[in-house]
Amino acid sequence: MEVNVICTFCGSVCDDVLFDIEKFKGKKFCKLGSSKFSKKERLKSPMIDGKEVSYETAIEKSAEILVNAKRPLLYGWASTVNEAIRLGVILTEKVGGVYDQCASVCHAPGTLALIEEGVPGGSLGEIKNRADVVVFWGSNPMEAHPRHPVRYSVRAKGLLIKDRKDRKVVVVDVRKTKSANMADMFIQIKPGYDYAIISALRAIIKGEDSAVPDEVGGVSKEKLKELADLMVNAKYGAILYGLGVTQSRGRDRNVENAIKLVQLLNRKTRWIIWPMRGHYNVVGAGEVPAWEAGFTYAIDFSRGYPRFSPGEFSANEVLQRRDCDAALIIASDPVAHFPKASVAHLKKIPVIQIDPFPNMTTLVSNVVIPSAIAGLEAEGTAYRMDGIPFRVKKVVESEYWSDEQILEKMLEKVNEMLEG
Amino acid sequence: MIEVEIISGRTLSQGATVEEKLTDEYFKAVNYCELSEEDFNALGLSEGDRVKVKTEFGEVVVFAVKNKDLRKGVAFIPMGPYANMVIDPNTDGTGMPQFKGVKGSVEKTDEKVLSVKELIEVI
Repeated sequence: MEVNVICTFCGSVCDDVLFDIEKFKGKKFCKLGSSKFSKKERLKSPMIDGKEVSYETAIEKSAEILVNAKRPLLYGWASTVNEAIRLGVILTEKVGGVYDQCASVCHAPGTLALIEEGVPGGSLGEIKNRADVVVFWGSNPMEAHPRHPVRYSVRAKGLLIKDRKDRKVVVVDVRKTKSANMADMFIQIKPGYDYAIISALRAIIKGEDSAVPDEVGGVSKEKLKELADLMVNAKYGAILYGLGVTQSRGRDRNVENAIKLVQLLNRKTRWIIWPMRGHYNVVGAGEVPAWEAGFTYAIDFSRGYPRFSPGEFSANEVLQRRDCDAALIIASDPVAHFPKASVAHLKKIPVIQIDPFPNMTTLVSNVVIPSAIAGLEAEGTAYRMDGIPFRVKKVVESEYWSDEQILEKMLEKVNEMLEG
Repeated sequence: MIEVEIISGRTLSQGATVEEKLTDEYFKAVNYCELSEEDFNALGLSEGDRVKVKTEFGEVVVFAVKNKDLRKGVAFIPMGPYANMVIDPNTDGTGMPQFKGVKGSVEKTDEKVLSVKELIEVI
């Protein structure tokens, strides 16, 4: 039987994909979604120090570790549903820990820029229907969001954009990526020069092009003027930025400068700027703590009230300062994705892992709790990259507990221990 | 030895194997370093050779791959445990380590490429 599912891999959260339950195979998916919706090795059973135990025993042990820790780090959250994240925020508050999520190594610098500048944004639907110029800046959708170009941003046909020819696509990157091949204009820049190039574009658009040297960050002034011209003459433009902007020199300041560029363009025409969010619910991993505690990441509850400070309470800062004495890692793999200076501390403290799959974090975890795959074996709500909520489905029965069930039980145990 | 700026990032194969990190497919998806044709030839490399990538933050041995679309002086390692041995962990108060644009060097080596499990042990 073929059923409609919602893909729970990347931030595009494709809602037009099909899944054959008997064959356990997807249809219409990209390579990333196909692999998500296919059979692969799972964590077989809850484990404590490598020994198989029941869910109840593993959860009780986890609660004990969290309650006994002075300041546990509860990290991950981007690949689970809002209902589970909500319980995670409450759990972090109860145990006086630090809540942080995958965006802190992804798009969180953009959040810092939004706090300062606000965000002239729009939905994927608007881009599909209206955008006649799309600039992918430091983002590579062909490899990170493979169906985004077809569904929304390049070949998508919409209300006002009826054909690929109606839309100009620009790729700005340090590498000639697969996405560069689909662009009408590719601008190859030197690593770390995003800020300077954005400043040059702002100067040109303001009419101050005499202040711009002949070459900025590996790009000729002539080419920059061509891009500025294209931007000013757009009817509806979109800058879709990726980690090339947030993970390189300048980080949040690059995004801030890009927002200023968009503000300037909005005096002449209509532009938006939006991050190409990675995990399918990394938006939820930020929005849910924002409703619950007022902040989106790097939140410390050790004083009984939430404090936000990315320089202190982001997972990498906490780990490198050796400022947590236990960790709960859910729906994420920091051992594979954090710099080794941070991993070194994770190896030394008790680690609890909740995840459907074995990964590198499993290798350093004391307690391992397998969970159901959201979107396949468990349902819940997720936010697409543009903040549109989707109800992801449960289409397959499984013996695994959902993240929500696991956290509910863990919270119950923690409450018992704290009250007892 | 050549001087490079190291960039890490997503690839399609890395993404497709990211939930199977203990498999050979994932190992193959993340254990290499792409170099420009010029840099690749300057080091006297052929396909399948290994290189040692060094920065002030660490070093790692990976397979060398030629990418004609890369600019001279830029090295690309797929995001993951190998890249993370050499990227800059400092966050400058933002919480974000510098995963892209880290200065380092690349040299040919006969040392072996560690498995994902061995990599954790040396951290």
